[in-house]
Amino acid sequence: MTLALDAPRLVQTQPLMVLSGVSKRYGPVVALDDVSAEVYPGEVLGIVGESGSGKSTFLRMMNLEELPDAGTYTLDLPDTPGNLFELDRFARRMLCATRIGIVYQNPHQGLLMRNSSSGNVAERLLIAGERRFAVLREKAGDALAASEFPLDRMDAPPIELSGGMQQRVQLAKAIALEPAVLLLDEPTTGLDVSVQALVLDTLKRLQRDRRITMVIVSHDLGVIRTMADRVMVMRRGQVVEQGLSDQIFQDPQHAYTQQLVHAKL
Amino acid sequence: MSLTGLTRPWKDFSYGFLDASAKRELRRKMLKAVAVPGCQMPYASREVPIARGWGTGGLQVTCTLLNPGHTVKVIDQGADDSVNAASIRRFLTRVSGARSTWDTLEASLIQSRHRVPEEILREDQILILQVPNPEPLRPVEPNMSVARQMHADADYGRMWLQLYEQIVRSGRVMFGAAYPSLVHGRYVMTPSPIPRWDVPKLNMARHLTILSAGREKRLYAVPPYTRVEPLVFDDVPYKVEEHGHLTCYRSGLKGFFMNEIPQEDGGALHEVSDSHLGIKAIRQGDGEDVATGDTWYTNGEMGQ
Amino acid sequence: MTPILTVDTLTKTFRMHHLDQTLHAFEGLSFTLAPGEFLLLSGPNGVGKSTLLRTLYRSYRAQAGHIWYEAPEGRIDLASAADIDIALLRRREIGFVTQFLTARPRVAAEEIVAEPLRLAGTAHQEALTEARRWLAAFGVKEDLWRAYPTTFSGGEQQKVNLARALILPQRLLLLDEPTASLDKNARAALVARLAELKASGVAMIGVFHHPGDVAHLIDREIPLAPKEVAHVAE
Repeated sequence: MTLALDAPRLVQTQPLMVLSGVSKRYGPVVALDDVSAEVYPGEVLGIVGESGSGKSTFLRMMNLEELPDAGTYTLDLPDTPGNLFELDRFARRMLCATRIGIVYQNPHQGLLMRNSSSGNVAERLLIAGERRFAVLREKAGDALAASEFPLDRMDAPPIELSGGMQQRVQLAKAIALEPAVLLLDEPTTGLDVSVQALVLDTLKRLQRDRRITMVIVSHDLGVIRTMADRVMVMRRGQVVEQGLSDQIFQDPQHAYTQQLVHAKL
Repeated sequence: MSLTGLTRPWKDFSYGFLDASAKRELRRKMLKAVAVPGCQMPYASREVPIARGWGTGGLQVTCTLLNPGHTVKVIDQGADDSVNAASIRRFLTRVSGARSTWDTLEASLIQSRHRVPEEILREDQILILQVPNPEPLRPVEPNMSVARQMHADADYGRMWLQLYEQIVRSGRVMFGAAYPSLVHGRYVMTPSPIPRWDVPKLNMARHLTILSAGREKRLYAVPPYTRVEPLVFDDVPYKVEEHGHLTCYRSGLKGFFMNEIPQEDGGALHEVSDSHLGIKAIRQGDGEDVATGDTWYTNGEMGQ
Repeated sequence: MTPILTVDTLTKTFRMHHLDQTLHAFEGLSFTLAPGEFLLLSGPNGVGKSTLLRTLYRSYRAQAGHIWYEAPEGRIDLASAADIDIALLRRREIGFVTQFLTARPRVAAEEIVAEPLRLAGTAHQEALTEARRWLAAFGVKEDLWRAYPTTFSGGEQQKVNLARALILPQRLLLLDEPTASLDKNARAALVARLAELKASGVAMIGVFHHPGDVAHLIDREIPLAPKEVAHVAE
């Protein structure tokens, strides 16, 4: 079975995000082996795989937190030319802050736990150059409201909040600047099942109302099934299968995907 | 053969306490600091005969700049007559042959702790501020390597966030002294613990300001005619201490930065913090012919 | 008339790696479907009727053969087209109606029904008005329109599902037992809508538990037989 992507014939828009031939080694460990992906505007790409499959490493590269040994990465945005992996640190940082939003599994990674929740959101706006306090308050409030965070707690520090609420603060921070793409790294792992459902519901709502392009990484097939339009299955740093979400779940082709799908409770 | 035959007779080869190579290094770093306004330059902080934390950074800069033709003024919290100011002043004159003065108008070099004089400084004057902690990012980024990278990237989001947090929590900006300020639109510096009152004096000033931290081994500068803008939100204006309406109980001066002197009855008296300005006012009141320069503030308002 | 769908020697097998077995669903299946035509798939249980519908919809991947689809932009093989193209076609012109609800938690019934219209660019209010019209047509009571269908009974869920699937006049409809678990009134509404769509040129292919409901709409029948090479002439 070939994994080369067939070029679309009907869809005329360019993919928003193209990663191609991305490889990364950590010493003797191959984390990513020639991985490619295309993400089209408005779609949700899910990446599944077990721990160590390279899915999170791949997502970190989309967020330019880490650079590969080989490969290219382009975003189809104005003023974003060429291979993003070749940008200097400053340009990478500005691009990430303004065009890419990310929600991590661990809120400590994405939030300043002792600052106020609204401040965590406002920081993004500050980096983008907003210098009006009233506007910061308003926009941070809007982003928190869109993430279905209770506004009467907007100035509470995340360290005082529950896990689900912390994820909502991360989400508000990620969408505050209306990013071109939202990256989600196991966004609901570690939450209670009921809280998990609510957070996923919020994500769905955002996706439906704003058509945000998303890439979601999870080992939880239920999460991927709920969220993703298309799915990439990764194993040992390689993509073993990709397809439409319903096809991957109803008719998995690869032995590994079948094993994954059948192992789901 | 005698020992004296082998040694050369004693001859002065340097003044200002520091040896020539130490001064050369400091001069180079000062030139760099002037070239990149507000950027902290590391230097090899030498031993001087006062303890770290008592102005060793300022003292080294002064010693380097000083020559017998200079007139030096030393200020400690606005006063010329505190023990620390008097000791440093005496030390400087003894090791350099420079004259000393209390009068801002006469001074060519002014070493100061925590204050900028009220009289407007001229192009031929240099202000040297002693700095305890030169890193404005320290409260938001404990790792100094990362902080340096943030300066390099002009990544000051966290600084602004700190401001945001203060307003959210306290309803106002809580920076008292050492108000973080953007120099020449590029580097955020801490202007040493001068009160908010003094920060606007550095903006587009005629004089050169050199700020030096001996313990932290960093110096930075605000060259003449350079923008110094305290970090403020567009809709939350910068406020200086509300001293404009206070009157000095000794000199009768009004509209300057004051020291508060608590009284037994629970009230307080105020005296002008720039002590020699007060002295000059008293002597003028006594009919002496004493010159007072133009001041940055008139009637408690910053002139422009 | 040019067929909208030309199925050419289509083969679907399921490779079950953990059992080291291959299941054959159908092999070498060929037929065509013209705009406005209504095809009934018939045959005993387990013969692969639903499998065929899902293969056409690309929920299943065909092993061999082609599914030529006449898109406005040109002919495209649904069996091998890029995923993103399939996603576009599903949004735009190929509908799949099942008895299973695709509802999501905490989304009101009328919003679920209005979504295809909204995705197609209709204004929110307008889409909602249309959605309510269809909910009413299928006999969903007005006090349920703002409620969340995840809490509905099976029959009510199915009505919401149908309203959503049929709100847009698509070009190709795949019907997988849409009448199952429907009451008489809803069934009548469904059949009426199908007739309307057929008259407007929508091609349909479906599996029905009670084909009698749609007998008057059926143009042709494709009998599927177990593990035989089926070939249906025009």
